[in-house]
Amino acid sequence: MSRQPLIRARGLHVSFVSRDATIAAVNGIDLDLNEGQVLCVLGESGSGKSVTLRALMRLNPKAKTVMRGELNVAGHDMMALPESKLPALRGKVVSMIFQEPMTALDPVFPIGRQIVETIVRHDGVSKADARQRALDLLDLVQIPSAKMRLNAYPHELSGGLRQRAMIAMAISCRPRLLLADEPTTALDATVQIQVLLLLRQLQEELGMGVVFVTHDLGVAGEIADRVAVMYAGRIVEQGSVSSLLARPLHPYTQGLLGATVQPGSRGARLTTIPGAPPDLRRPMQGCAFAPRCPQAEESCRAAVPEFCHPAPGRTVRCIKVMETL
Amino acid sequence: MLSYIARRILYMIPIALAVSLVCFLLIHLAPGDPIAAMVPPDTPPDVVAQVRSDYGLDRSLPVQFELWLEHVVHGDLGMSITRGRPILPDLIVASGNTLILAVTGGILGFVLGCVFGGIAGVCRGTWIDRVLLGAAVAGVSIPHYWLGMVLVIIFSVGMHLLPAMGAGPGTSSVWAWDWAHIQFLILPALTLCVIPAGLVTRTVRGLVSDIMSQDYITTLRGKGLRWDGIARHVFLNAAPTVIAVMGLQLANLMGGSILVETVFAWPGTGSMLNDAIFQRDFPTLQAATLVLALFFVVLNLAVDLVQTAIDPRISRS
Amino acid sequence: MTAIPKDAGVSVAADAQAWEPENSYWRGVGRRLLRDRTTLVCSAVLLAILVIIVLAPWIAPYEPNVGRAIIRLKPIGFAGHVLGTDELGRDMLTRLIYGGRYSWLIGISPVLMAFAIGGILGIVAGFAGGKVNMAIMRVTDVFYAFPSVLLAVSVSGMIGAGILNVILSLTFVFIPPIIRVAESVTTGVRNLEYVQAARSTGASPLSIIFTHVLPNVLGPVFVYATGLVGLSMIVASGLSFLGLGVKPPDPEWGLMLSSLRTAIYNQPLIATLPGACIFVTSMCFNFVSDGLRTAMDVRA
Repeated sequence: MSRQPLIRARGLHVSFVSRDATIAAVNGIDLDLNEGQVLCVLGESGSGKSVTLRALMRLNPKAKTVMRGELNVAGHDMMALPESKLPALRGKVVSMIFQEPMTALDPVFPIGRQIVETIVRHDGVSKADARQRALDLLDLVQIPSAKMRLNAYPHELSGGLRQRAMIAMAISCRPRLLLADEPTTALDATVQIQVLLLLRQLQEELGMGVVFVTHDLGVAGEIADRVAVMYAGRIVEQGSVSSLLARPLHPYTQGLLGATVQPGSRGARLTTIPGAPPDLRRPMQGCAFAPRCPQAEESCRAAVPEFCHPAPGRTVRCIKVMETL
Repeated sequence: MLSYIARRILYMIPIALAVSLVCFLLIHLAPGDPIAAMVPPDTPPDVVAQVRSDYGLDRSLPVQFELWLEHVVHGDLGMSITRGRPILPDLIVASGNTLILAVTGGILGFVLGCVFGGIAGVCRGTWIDRVLLGAAVAGVSIPHYWLGMVLVIIFSVGMHLLPAMGAGPGTSSVWAWDWAHIQFLILPALTLCVIPAGLVTRTVRGLVSDIMSQDYITTLRGKGLRWDGIARHVFLNAAPTVIAVMGLQLANLMGGSILVETVFAWPGTGSMLNDAIFQRDFPTLQAATLVLALFFVVLNLAVDLVQTAIDPRISRS
Repeated sequence: MTAIPKDAGVSVAADAQAWEPENSYWRGVGRRLLRDRTTLVCSAVLLAILVIIVLAPWIAPYEPNVGRAIIRLKPIGFAGHVLGTDELGRDMLTRLIYGGRYSWLIGISPVLMAFAIGGILGIVAGFAGGKVNMAIMRVTDVFYAFPSVLLAVSVSGMIGAGILNVILSLTFVFIPPIIRVAESVTTGVRNLEYVQAARSTGASPLSIIFTHVLPNVLGPVFVYATGLVGLSMIVASGLSFLGLGVKPPDPEWGLMLSSLRTAIYNQPLIATLPGACIFVTSMCFNFVSDGLRTAMDVRA
């Protein structure tokens, strides 16, 4: 196993620039991931988690996106790479699966052809060999009647099967890093678990690193080794999944856990986090969560809290936590 | 799939019949006695009587329609008043000429439209897009009979590069694909292609722009396809609609070629229609309308079937 | 040639939005229109042309049908005749101005009449549904099976030349597409929830039509109709070009184009003037129609 980390991001900023406004979607995050590890990025809509994921392979719309900071993925300096060299990496070294397979797959191509297309593109094998590999992949992701399904169109498959097909396409060239953007959110609950287990299984078999974006704590608990909680474009807390879920330190994480429906909570009031996420078009002073935080005070609004390390492998951005150290 | 085709063809039959009915009734729009609209003025009375009974002009309208339909189905489209001979053979020759013109103009317009529309769709919102869209609107707004005249003025009268009229040297109406004939084709085809080019540009632009904003384009970028791989997907997603539009355009070019053919004296169905109108040759007018309209119906059906065949999203149950 | 897009109704139907507070929507439309420079310029041009042709008797320097053979086909800038003279020695500027009256008349009236007739039929079909809808739409389909120019030419060819006949045959040609669009939009609106709510409270069909359906249907159908004006002018003038429309010596742009055809050898510029007028008018109408459609499309 190579010593070099799979992902190393320092001070990553991503903004979208348009005629009317500049949206600071990601405001300086640091990320680390080693080979074979699973990192879950947890956050609500608008937290910047999907933008971060896409930034890892520079998939955000070229015309509007401005990125700065340091980003190293699988040994490649992503900030320095020219646009023309990126397609060679995508799908081969780094692969991505998306939330809604119905719209993420081309409706006029059978799924077999879409998988073959990826294989031929990167591994240069013949169409016949690629087709055989596609067949094996469909078996690997546990799609029944794989031979028939190769010629099926996306709309002819159920949601779960579509998502498996997309997974098959993403792992077809054995990427070292798999990026997953809420792949189970659009699925029925029973199917969700199956797909999650499948992903975990594949990750172990193929030794891929995985960055998994979700808003669902349960999912994070199921599949991740480490969790990074994002809010308003910043990572507010990071740690191993067990310690973070057992002892959340950041008020936002605490709020998220408190807002989750647990067995045994019947009859008890659900705590909610009041307010709404901030408008990312306006630059923020101080801690972005302060307006909604039950523990906020003056000093919170003065400056963006720095990282502190309350325990090995744990980082938190909160003045109150820092004070307790 | 086969049953779908069969059903569509079946559905076409009542439309074809209804279209025939309209064409049949056309002759009754002409002022005066229908018989005067069907035979030359100096026909001997026994011939007149024969025609009257053949077409049942003394009997009720439905019977007349039936008799007329019988004639048509057997290939008898009537006699031209001015030329004194059966219409169908002349119509076939003329249709061939119009087909040459329409297909050439159609292909030209199609190619231009796809290229401009594709560029505009990819560059949506930029100045390139605005210029191309403006050109497309201008193209659709040009009275093509005027454009024909302008082109003749520039290339024929002004520069003596191309001939102004006709479809070939001399009076022979046999077409050949040599320069002597093709040079007659250039200006009319160019004139004819402008409106379809404009229409196809707008359609393709809308389609391409739509497709480029779809989620699966992000997936394709995400799996490392370069612009050529992505273009293939865009193309195949746009193809069904573009082909449908082009098919309809071709049909319209065939049916609506009269104005361009008049300007260039191109011996096609349009000229035939024009002459028929002026010589008050109503049988020819009716026959030409019928043939062109039926051709339009059949072409519509063909476009429908092709579209269904290549677009997997359309249900064929 | 020119085709009336078959699926126009579908996209237009999508424009029939659920009801919004009247002033905010229309004010939004107005604002977007004012920002659209192309539409503004084209509207101004159209307005200018309209004013000129309406004021023809007071503005035109000469009589349109009076010519002096001695000054046949004089070029642009000739003494006393800014735009030259035609093949019968008549002043071009005057003929163009008066010709505009006829061209605009035969170009716009068919669309207006088709809008009225087709609109009513389409709304009835869309609202009534069932057998009435089927009857109207099947008949529409049959006429849709003809290319528009062909139908116009054939009908005109049969009933003869003349202004009224041109207007009649073109109205006839444009009624089917407007029926289609109106029916499609009406069906879309009819199924919207607020209409169903009104029906459930027992409001009479007529009142529903007037208060809810009409305002939302007339807009998109009107915009579609404006898109037809450009085409109508070209075809109407085209019919005159073929001799099926306005009769000489009355001036009309298409007719003038036809009679000046032989002049392309000595005065090419003059021969093309009437066509340029048709082109400019048609293009402006098309741009304005496009601008209207974009301004009214809230989703854009």
